[in-house]
Formats: sequence, structure tokens, C-alpha cells
Amino acid sequence: MRYVVAKSSRDAVALLKAGGDVRLLAGGTDVLVQMKLHEDRPDTLIDIKRIDGYGAISLEAGGYRIGAAVSGAEMGEHGPLKALWPGVVEAMALIGSTQVQGRATMVGNLCNGSPAADSVPAMLAAGATARVEGAGGARDVLVLDLLDRPGKTRLGKAELISSVFLPARPARAGDAYLRFIPRTEMDIAVASAGVSLELDAGGAVVGAKVALGAVAPTAVLVPDAAAALVGSRLGAEALQACAAACAAACDPIDDKRGTVEFRTHVAGVLAARAAKIAYTRAGGSL
Amino acid sequence: MSKIHVSTQVNGDAVEFLCAQDETLLDVLRDRLNLTGAKEGCGTGDCGACSVTINGRLVASCLVLGAEVAGRAIETVEGIGTADALHPVQRHLLEHAALQCGICTPGIIVAAKALLVENPAPSEEEVRYWLAGNLCRCTGYDKIIRAVLSAAAEMRGESA
Repeated sequence: MRYVVAKSSRDAVALLKAGGDVRLLAGGTDVLVQMKLHEDRPDTLIDIKRIDGYGAISLEAGGYRIGAAVSGAEMGEHGPLKALWPGVVEAMALIGSTQVQGRATMVGNLCNGSPAADSVPAMLAAGATARVEGAGGARDVLVLDLLDRPGKTRLGKAELISSVFLPARPARAGDAYLRFIPRTEMDIAVASAGVSLELDAGGAVVGAKVALGAVAPTAVLVPDAAAALVGSRLGAEALQACAAACAAACDPIDDKRGTVEFRTHVAGVLAARAAKIAYTRAGGSL
Repeated sequence: MSKIHVSTQVNGDAVEFLCAQDETLLDVLRDRLNLTGAKEGCGTGDCGACSVTINGRLVASCLVLGAEVAGRAIETVEGIGTADALHPVQRHLLEHAALQCGICTPGIIVAAKALLVENPAPSEEEVRYWLAGNLCRCTGYDKIIRAVLSAAAEMRGESA
């Protein structure tokens, strides 16, 4: 295996394009484990951490751009980011131990392609976009449009993500992420939900996004669940309709960590609870 | 494949080494720099026995390549305290008998010290969450948590 430090996005794209089994290295908490456990040795490992800007969290048009090499720990320490998108930051913070947080990146979590990736439903609820670098330069793509199937994104062979953008939001807005695991922490979501809400001055929901994780081949956005919340003040009826829409959107696997029935039920419960947290964070009172 | 030449800093000293392109920082520390405090428990970032800090950030050195640390500052357990002047975390671990086989202990010391730099007055819950990535199969954890809390208290000047 050859280890190469990319100096720029263009450099990384050229290295990807050169072909062979090429993998990208940011935090390494997935790729280095895969190399160890599966003896899945790429020909070339491209370290993207030293590319200018990849390590930065920067304010942009009232939102935040998070570089592909920014660790979960760095996101958690960034007060203004946490204030604007607490749900995204808490989703990222749930991944792994303190040691993993010191290295793991949100872009890596997305590109690893796990249906149970914690940060992905939170990013979907946030309407996050990814900046994709390729031979023709950079383009911005909704994170939703990059999801394909377990272990696979829709990135091209010679493309990489340089950053994720979380947009600006109105004053009365909030998001939240919850997952179910059988232990207190350091586990993989059995089911999860990310919710982002915008309220009017009277506390009615005027905008909503609801996303689920670990209940389908990729994280999914559930427009019907969001529609059930719009116009409401999160009364019991709206929350019930939201949970029912979530259950209807589930297409989970049955495994030792959770049955289809359990995942389908819990996804709705988590979405309703996350909605309540997001509502309170947006300044609403339940 | 040729070896990579890396210049870095370990425990305050400038260090240079040659390593294989896919060699982990843990293997570099143990096999090339003879710093055998960090242990390989799992090799996949689950157990924390190989904990070190890079530029002050706690990481599992089995999930870092040696080639990645050029120009960084690494601290291992060998840089924390001496036999004659133990770090408070080390002394309190001994006083609380918070180890048996000792394999997890270097990682616990590095992780606990990193916690107390960031948060000099952690609650018990905060200590437990911070150290959740440091597995110990001997102690049942309680003595470790007590030791870290009493080391923190001593470092704040509250009690010995």
C-alpha cells in the first residue's frame, strides 16, 4: 500500500482518477479498521487532512461549512455551530468513544455508507449539502441525493467530498437527533430519527423535516411525517400521525440487534420524541 | 514499497523514524521508538489500551498511521510523570488499587490526564463517559473512576 498526502482537492481528484484500488483517509476510524479486519488493503491511501480548508468550520451565509477533516470533537467544541444545529452536533457526538471522536469525521460517516450512520439522518433533517470535488471542479449536492445503498454512495470514482454545508435558519428553529441502542453508549443505532422544525411567532410549526436511520438500506427522509407536524403545535394527534408516517416509511432488516417489528415501532417513537426536543429548542412550549 | 521518513515530536523530544506506509502509530511507538507503554488490546479502536494524544487530542494510536503524524506533537504515557514523581492520576490509581493486570492502565492514564486538562472538575458521570472507550476486564471500573475523581480534586487543591 502507498500512503500519499493530497495537497489540494485537484491533487486528490487526480490521484483518485489514476485508478487502482484507491481509498481516502480522513479520521481513519472506518477505513483503517476495514483494512485491519478484512485485510482490505487498497493500493493507495490518500490522506486529505492536510488540504487547505478541509480542517475548518467556517461561517458562510449565516450557516456553517464543515470541512471533510473536521473531527466530531471539534464540532462539539464549536459553540456557535452547536447553537445553530444542536441535533447535527449531538448525532455526530454519539459516534464511538472519546478516542474515536478525536478522529472521526462527519463526511467519513456519510461516505462509509452505513444505513445506521448517526450523523446522516441529522444532516437530512438539516437539508445539508455536500461539496463534491471532481474533474470538472466543485458542485454542491444535497446529502440526500448522495445516498445509494449499504456501503455505497453515489459519488463517482474520481470524486470526493470536501465539506458539508449546514444552512442558516430563522430565529425560531431547532433540531434534534435520537437513536435507540441497547446500552448507554458506544453502539450502533438499531433505529434513529432526526427532526428539524421551524415555528411561527405563535408556536405553530411552519417547516419540518423528519429523517430516519437504520430502518432502510439508507437513511430516509419522510415527507409525510414532516407534513403531519406542519400547522400543529405538536399535539398528541400530530405526533401520532408523525409516528405512523415514520412506521409506514420503514423497510428494515431483521437481525440480532432488532426485529423488523421493533425497529418499525421504535422509529416512530423516536421521531415523535425528537420532534418534541426540536420544538422546545425552537422556543416552543409543549 | 519504500519506507516513509517522518519527523515528529514525541513527549517533547524531536523524533525521526522510518516506517512502512501502512504501519500504525502504535507499532511505530512500540517497535521503532521502544515506547512500549501503549498496548495493543484490540487493534481496531475499541479498547483504548493504545491511547495517546496528538496535538493534545486523545486518539487510539492503533487507528493512526505513523506516516500521518509528521509535524505533530505526540504524548504517550512515558511522558506523564516519572518513577520518583508520579502524575496525580498515576498516584491515585495506585492508592485506589485501581489496576490488576495493568494492560489498560497506560491508556487510562493518558485518557484521564486529557480529560482533566479539558475539564478540571468532572462529575462522576463525565468521567465514566470520557473513559467509556477504555476497557478494563479486571477492576469493574469503580476504583478507576474514584481514582480519577480524587486525582482531579487534588489537582484542584481541594484535598490530598
